[in-house]
Amino acid sequence: MLIAILIGFVFALFLAFAGKYLKGKLSILISLIPLGLFVYFLQYIPSISEGKLLVENHQWIPSFGVNLNFRLDGLALLFSLMITGIGTLVFAYTSSYLKNHIYLDRFYAYLLVFMGAMLGLVLSDNLITLFVFWELTSISSFFLIGFNNTNPDSRRSAQTALAVTGIGGLLFLAGALILGNIAGTYQISEMIPLSEMIGQNAHYVLAVALIFGAAFTKSAQFPFHFWLPGAMKAPTPVSTYLHSATMVKAGIYLLFRLSPVLGGQAFWNTTLLIVGAVTMFYAAFHTLFRTDLKGVLAYSTIAALGILTFLIGLGTHEALLAAGVFILVHALYKATLFLMTGAIDLGTKTRDVTALSGLRKVMLPIAVAGILAAISNAGIPPSVGFLGKDLIYESTLHFDHSSAIFLTILAVATNVLIAYAGYVAGVKPFIGKLPTGMENVDFPPLLIWLPPVLLAVLGFVFGIFPGLIQESLIKPILTSVVQNASDVHLKLWHGFTPILGLSVLTISLGLLLYFLWKPTKSKEDFIERFERISPKSILENLAILFERGSDLWTRIFQNGYLRNYISVIIIFLVGLVSVTLLKNTTYNIDYSSFSRLTVYEVVTLVIMILSIGFAVFTKSRLAAVAATGVMGYSICLFFVFYSAPDLAMTQFTIDTLTVILFVLVLYKLPKYLKLSDYKTRVKDAVISTAFGGLITILALEVLAQPVNEEISNYYAENSYILAHGKNVVNVILVDFRGTDTMVEISVLTIAAIGVFGLLKLRLKSSERKQK
Amino acid sequence: MEFLLAIMTGILYAAGLYMMLRRSLVKLIIGLIMISNGANLLIFLLGRITKGHPPIIKGSAEVFADIYADPVPQALILTAIVISFGLQSFAIILVKRAYKVVKTDDLDEMNTTDEEI
Amino acid sequence: MKTIILRTASNYLLPILLLFSIFILLRGHYLPGGGFVGGLIASIAFVLHAFANGLKDTKKLLKFHPGFLMPVGLALAFLSGLLPVIGFDEAFMTGLWMHDPIPVIGSIGTALFFDIGVYIVVQGVTLTIIFTISESA
Repeated sequence: MLIAILIGFVFALFLAFAGKYLKGKLSILISLIPLGLFVYFLQYIPSISEGKLLVENHQWIPSFGVNLNFRLDGLALLFSLMITGIGTLVFAYTSSYLKNHIYLDRFYAYLLVFMGAMLGLVLSDNLITLFVFWELTSISSFFLIGFNNTNPDSRRSAQTALAVTGIGGLLFLAGALILGNIAGTYQISEMIPLSEMIGQNAHYVLAVALIFGAAFTKSAQFPFHFWLPGAMKAPTPVSTYLHSATMVKAGIYLLFRLSPVLGGQAFWNTTLLIVGAVTMFYAAFHTLFRTDLKGVLAYSTIAALGILTFLIGLGTHEALLAAGVFILVHALYKATLFLMTGAIDLGTKTRDVTALSGLRKVMLPIAVAGILAAISNAGIPPSVGFLGKDLIYESTLHFDHSSAIFLTILAVATNVLIAYAGYVAGVKPFIGKLPTGMENVDFPPLLIWLPPVLLAVLGFVFGIFPGLIQESLIKPILTSVVQNASDVHLKLWHGFTPILGLSVLTISLGLLLYFLWKPTKSKEDFIERFERISPKSILENLAILFERGSDLWTRIFQNGYLRNYISVIIIFLVGLVSVTLLKNTTYNIDYSSFSRLTVYEVVTLVIMILSIGFAVFTKSRLAAVAATGVMGYSICLFFVFYSAPDLAMTQFTIDTLTVILFVLVLYKLPKYLKLSDYKTRVKDAVISTAFGGLITILALEVLAQPVNEEISNYYAENSYILAHGKNVVNVILVDFRGTDTMVEISVLTIAAIGVFGLLKLRLKSSERKQK
Repeated sequence: MEFLLAIMTGILYAAGLYMMLRRSLVKLIIGLIMISNGANLLIFLLGRITKGHPPIIKGSAEVFADIYADPVPQALILTAIVISFGLQSFAIILVKRAYKVVKTDDLDEMNTTDEEI
Repeated sequence: MKTIILRTASNYLLPILLLFSIFILLRGHYLPGGGFVGGLIASIAFVLHAFANGLKDTKKLLKFHPGFLMPVGLALAFLSGLLPVIGFDEAFMTGLWMHDPIPVIGSIGTALFFDIGVYIVVQGVTLTIIFTISESA
């Protein structure tokens, strides 16, 4: 399975390099990758439906419990098949849709990365691994949405999508860490038996809230839904792939996957129910006001995601079953509708619903696909959509709560609006009179019309023969998230039941709405007026505010004046340390422990202080350098006084060399200037004195503490015995800590190369001319 | 003596910082040298100072018979001295180069980050 | 500074200082000294020679760019650390020793070669920096 996941990344890398030479040729062959994976996952259907699992574990960071645990169960299988199956069609479609695009290879590379990430996401059993793939989908979708990077709108949408889903990803990481802490493992399958313990933990609500944050941002739940319509700026194949089967379903997948772990608690169910209900109705209502085909589809997608969240929130077996079926149903018809939109856009160069009609005359196969998808979308038998809708109503009606009636009404209303959206998108462009100017629209090529037709027909095959998916696909989904799942019976005809009545009501109300309500530009404009108070503009204003804030911050702190940086750091340090020192330190300096003064030491000290003062206040560079040299020699004397002959020798030679160095370049160096005014100098002097005083106090404090000589004693005792040397300092340098010295001489070498490079290499061509 | 050395270290730090806060490039380097000397002295002082007993085993003995100065800070400082020479020479050359390219000695005028220089 | 006295003196000083630096290097294991100090003294010897006779003469005397000393020294130090790994199946930088100590130097072992490596690198670094600067300054 690891190979199946990685293959996308490997080929993407290959394309990134080889793409230049392929120049979009052979692009159809790339669809063989998802096709191969699709076949690979198909072969597991029999064993999965028998209740077996495929588990694969690789070590990654075992000490943190982070491993590549992959697990193929019913839920993962359904998603893998959708990712690779719809992926195959999208890949093939793209090769025709973006034919001759100069960055086609790049597009395929992004798609492959996205597919690999998505597969990794649904197959991971480890929360941290899942997080990594989760973020990878966000990042790769950023590139896909912003693929038309010359269009500023497109770039902005990509940024919005990345920001929203990226923040969600961070929330997910936090949630996963908390969850892992509670359960003691990051493996989801190991968490399931601990479900009750997790539910009673004090941090349960926090963990769930964070996970919700992740799922809601990814799956475009209200109030984070706004990135999804914006993401429609992407090329149509991307919209198809991201919004029908993959990206936006990742959040739903996560909720589904974690429902046996986190579900069954009031917080979980209520939140999901409310958010799902609000999202589905809000988005479905919005479809009424859209005229762009993709806009209509985007909002109906959000509504469908709302339904799924809502169903997971119900949490009953029936509801989860309905959700599982609806994931498949929605993927099939929504992918068809998106592909159809792409075909229309490609042929007529417009996606405006009000301008499109009668296209069946020029693109019959597309019309067939669109109408079939609209039927499935509206839940008209014998499509698979009917099965899905049935199950939704069944689960709301059987919900054991006083609100069951209300929820059912809400579900019906949403479905009516979704059905309407389906008619607008899938039927309206094809019926009626062909507008003038569109008679000459070219018949779409095979790879454009075949994929939507295939998907649409599949929706009907599954609807007419539900036995095909009942045991093989649907039941394993249920068994993977609930224990002792009851048998699943999918059928078109249940007899005359209230559910059938609701279905009929939905279909007819949807049709009625379609005939009565016509989408127009003025209606769209009307709803646009409410944009100002939408979450989207609030977030944008927040972003602007943040930008201004950081601008201000940068102006104050990152102003490019070196001395300001230094002062800020030093003032902060002095403040922080002095507060600590004042609070909990007792000052007891034991003067008697200090060694006595001798004349030599006092004289050296005086010389040193004089040289420092001279170096600071002199106006001549040469004098300052000489004074620095004197200072170095005095330190050298201190080393002599205090038993450090090696240091004294080194200090002496280095000091000599430094002075030589200075003298060599001094006249090439800028003259001393007195640039600061009196006030600044006083201010700096105060800061410096405070800093120096702090260092003195710290040194005295440390001197008052007992010294730990364990290491020194070890070195001293073993110097001759282990290392055959009597000069302990030298033995430490070349033997005990030899590796450090090795690195040190490497650093010296780098410094020398740096000096050589700075002086000998001409960085700019203009300088070369000067020489 | 330790008391005076602690004050000396403080003076070195203060003088070094004061020089680094100046706008002149050369003063910056001198400040850098002062602070690195101050740091050496600080480490040396905190390892406790001992008079007249270098960490060298005498004659034919195999271990120390008497007290000895702590060798670890000495080893640290020895490398620090040599490294600081590399650092100083690099800084000097960087300053010289910057002066040549930007044609200003005033650090305040070197505050643009993204311009091609 | 090309005075005759300095020039004459430096001609004699160079070999003496170099010998002294090697002496300092070799006795480092028993007495104050070692690769760092030795290397620095040797570089001062060359710098003094350059001051007295001009950089060109010193370079002629050296015959090669001092920059080449850096990789040579690094390689020597690294190999002396690697020897125990290759030859004796010990950890990197394990000291290996000959049995009988020699006067002044002490026991000959890998640490001595490491120190010689340091000596060469320090010389290379110092001379590269100073020569480069005096050439272009």
